[in-house]
Amino acid sequence: MYSEKLMDHFTNPRNVGEIPQADGVGEEGNPTCGDVMKITIKVENGRITDAKFRTFGCGAAIAVSSMVTEMVKGKTLEEAMSITKEAVADALGGLPPQKMHCSNLGADALRLAIEDYKKKGTAK
Amino acid sequence: MGARYFDYMATNPMRPEVLEAMMPFFRERYGNPLSLYELGQNAKGALEEARSKVAQLVGAKPQEMIFTSSGAEANNFAIKGLAGAHAKKGRHIIVSKMEHHSILNPARALEKEGFAVTFLPVDKNGLVDPAVLEKAITNETSLVSVIHASPEVGTIEPIKELAAIARKNGALFHTDAVASAGYLPLDVEALGVDAMSISAHEFYGPKGAAALYLKGGTRILPLIYGGIQESGRRAGTENIPAIVGMGKAAELTKAELPERARRLAQMRDRLISGVLEKIENVYLTGHPAQRLPGLASFCVAFIEGEAMLLMLAAKGIYAASGSACSSKALKASPVLLSMGVSAQLAQGSIVFSLGVENTGEDIEYALGEFPAAVKRLREISPYAGGWGKVKETDQCIPKN
Repeated sequence: MYSEKLMDHFTNPRNVGEIPQADGVGEEGNPTCGDVMKITIKVENGRITDAKFRTFGCGAAIAVSSMVTEMVKGKTLEEAMSITKEAVADALGGLPPQKMHCSNLGADALRLAIEDYKKKGTAK
Repeated sequence: MGARYFDYMATNPMRPEVLEAMMPFFRERYGNPLSLYELGQNAKGALEEARSKVAQLVGAKPQEMIFTSSGAEANNFAIKGLAGAHAKKGRHIIVSKMEHHSILNPARALEKEGFAVTFLPVDKNGLVDPAVLEKAITNETSLVSVIHASPEVGTIEPIKELAAIARKNGALFHTDAVASAGYLPLDVEALGVDAMSISAHEFYGPKGAAALYLKGGTRILPLIYGGIQESGRRAGTENIPAIVGMGKAAELTKAELPERARRLAQMRDRLISGVLEKIENVYLTGHPAQRLPGLASFCVAFIEGEAMLLMLAAKGIYAASGSACSSKALKASPVLLSMGVSAQLAQGSIVFSLGVENTGEDIEYALGEFPAAVKRLREISPYAGGWGKVKETDQCIPKN
């Protein structure tokens, strides 16, 4: 059902946790439906230098979170904003069709984290 | 080391004796029971011998057993066939919310054809209260169907009491005993039921053979029209090898059942008490005492069932879950929700169903690995410390 790459990110997820005093926090999903992802990011000079996640959800949801936090490190905010759900799924060697929508929230949570960072910036 | 199987409610491995009994019927004794010559009559003899053995498992007469291809077919047959044949009495049927899809969906199909259907609620342990049936049943009710025991939460329903209420009101009573047949003694007379479904692969027989017990003299409309097989009630050349296997499996089950049930209940209790002791925020689902001997079912808070299954599978443990993500339809188990389990807790459903090939050592192995898997997933979960802002009553409202 799942690719080898996805299973690797599920069994050995990268970047689990929460960045203390994160520059941006994004949360997407609903536990009553199945999946919730919380992503925290650290931003320096317009680049994301660190990203961590916590996820409630299935194997695909955990692997997606792990992959998106890997993909985003070192990227500018603009580059990070352009990461799509499809790109995350492709990097994992594909997702089963029924998981494309509900478990593929990584890119959305990341976008929310970046927007949160931008909002905080204007407030300062 | 091979995998340790804790999913006997999904299916069973066939007993070697069953396979051996089936083998001659593929190549040597391949006749059609309708053929008059010896090869056919030989198959006819095997068919009737199997029918007799299967009947004995549930305390019925051989002619009261109708072979079908699956438990789902037997359930569809009971619901559509009985409701259809007895529509003159009334066009109202009653099923419980504990039922398998193969009862619920034909009931919904009847609803579209103009039948009224009552879905009986259950209590937090999954029990149907006879008083609730008493209130729901009317003069128009032709059929009541309640599952004998739940493969998801193990709860054994008070079938005898429920069937008596149906009889008193002139309605037929069917029970889906697919999950019970290998594990609990079944006696159609003592239970007072008019119809009962059982399936061979749930008691160490082959896939492709199942049966509907139908009390002598009860009218039913066929699902499959055609020839005169099964006294004209189910057309199609009989699957003789599978039916012979079902007969053998029924014979073995009848002989071994008390010892099987005793052993399984012991292992189940060890597993349940071990899980409750080793893991915090875990809840037993189903009735604590009135439950299937081999069934240990839980909801684990703050994590999701499919992730647990994958984590356990990586350690060679095969189990099941009623979570939304582990179902093809992406919906949490209606059985858990109807028992009042919150939607987020239902996501943490996990079901271990034990069978004859499990050992005490399997249970200890699971008790070592399962808490470790839960711990690992909780380290990943944002809810490790509690549900936070999520409320008990929150419902899933998809975004688009």
